[in-house]
Amino acid sequence: MRAMLFFAAVVLSSPVLSQDVTEVLKRDFHARGQATMDRVDQDALQFACTKFTDKPPAELAKLLESDQMKTIVFPAGSLVGDWKRGEAIAQSGRGATWSDPKNAPAGGSCYNCHQLSPQEASYGTIGPSLLRFGKLRGNGPEIQKYAYGKIYNAKAYNLCSQMPRLGYSGTLTEQQIKDLVALLLDPESPVNK
Amino acid sequence: MRLPLFLLLAFCLAAPAARAQDPKKEIEKYQRMIADSSPAELFELQGEELWKKPQGPRKVSLQRCDLGLGAGVLNGAYAGLPRYFKDADRVMDLETRLLYCMTTLQGRDGAEASRAAFGTADRPSEMEMLSAYIAGLSRGVRLAPGAAHSREKAAYALGKALFFHRAGPWDFSCASCHGETGKRIRMQELPALGKPEYARPVVATWPAYRVSTSEMRTMQWRMNDCYRQMRYPEPEFASDATVAIITYLTVNARGEPYRGPGTKR
Repeated sequence: MRAMLFFAAVVLSSPVLSQDVTEVLKRDFHARGQATMDRVDQDALQFACTKFTDKPPAELAKLLESDQMKTIVFPAGSLVGDWKRGEAIAQSGRGATWSDPKNAPAGGSCYNCHQLSPQEASYGTIGPSLLRFGKLRGNGPEIQKYAYGKIYNAKAYNLCSQMPRLGYSGTLTEQQIKDLVALLLDPESPVNK
Repeated sequence: MRLPLFLLLAFCLAAPAARAQDPKKEIEKYQRMIADSSPAELFELQGEELWKKPQGPRKVSLQRCDLGLGAGVLNGAYAGLPRYFKDADRVMDLETRLLYCMTTLQGRDGAEASRAAFGTADRPSEMEMLSAYIAGLSRGVRLAPGAAHSREKAAYALGKALFFHRAGPWDFSCASCHGETGKRIRMQELPALGKPEYARPVVATWPAYRVSTSEMRTMQWRMNDCYRQMRYPEPEFASDATVAIITYLTVNARGEPYRGPGTKR
């Protein structure tokens, strides 16, 4: 089944193959700072999303999403941290570039794409507005798990989402993701005021 | 090159814009104001001097450099780039061609000539000044990059493939930010560069002076800094990959009268 879907992907290819582009990146790019050359290797979902310009066949998407779901490490105990720290993490766009120091804490770049706290007028619109996220959805264990999982690996829920896999990629720590969950779900968070 | 008064003005205008009731209108007003007083002209003047200055082991200027319309012909040359050059057997954008002329005519070392291609506010680069000067001599000329030669078609196809190629720890392609219309990152509107109507006004105003950093920036720099933010390794200056994306974008913008060097936020 998996082999068949990938065969279909290759047959339906555009004039320049994804593998050829990877070879070009290997030839024309160089490692700098923490941005090492292994970053240009595509994994299965990057390949599929490139091949189908973010509209993969439903069955292929389901298959690869279930692979991504298996990467999520849910911590034991509460998934809700401190919304104040979460707000600072959401504001920060630092992390993972060749100009960021390797061991400095990264941010989530959340406001780059999402509306969150109503006080922050400078928010992007690539992702949906998350204003009143917890107020609209409650803050029980189910939604906590969803929010944590979505931030850890957005591709487990929507294969070709433009949202980075912030936990899976090692950008954010477990505690940072919990703090972002709090920003979304804590009744005291400005997001829910 | 610092212009404190200019910067002060820029910040005074920028700060209230971020909190205003209708941020989009405020930003548009601010952009119109900064477009009226671009320091890009200073870079154009410096670029003209550099173009005529004998340099390198051969102590010659770049005045015999052929940018596609014949040796030393600059009027309208930028609007015809990128294009295929038979002598180099490559498709080249302006900066790649300038680097070629620096090495072949002036006898300079390629690594030395490209190392400082991206300048700082205090030390703008030769490439930035030359780009401003040469691009300025295409003002009013419609963009007509090479798109007929098989190598130009191949560069366009590679550029398009690169534009939609997703990789890196954050799974980004150029289209992650520049694929859809009407989207923003923070307050910055994102042109959907695969569509001619959005590519045209953007490509027609690069290279550009960036008010926020007081720097003249080129298309090669724009590619470099996008890939930095995409969390990729660094693209080689004047590589086939960067030239291919610039070819893709410029062909998308084909027909637009050039009106740079522009001014950006």
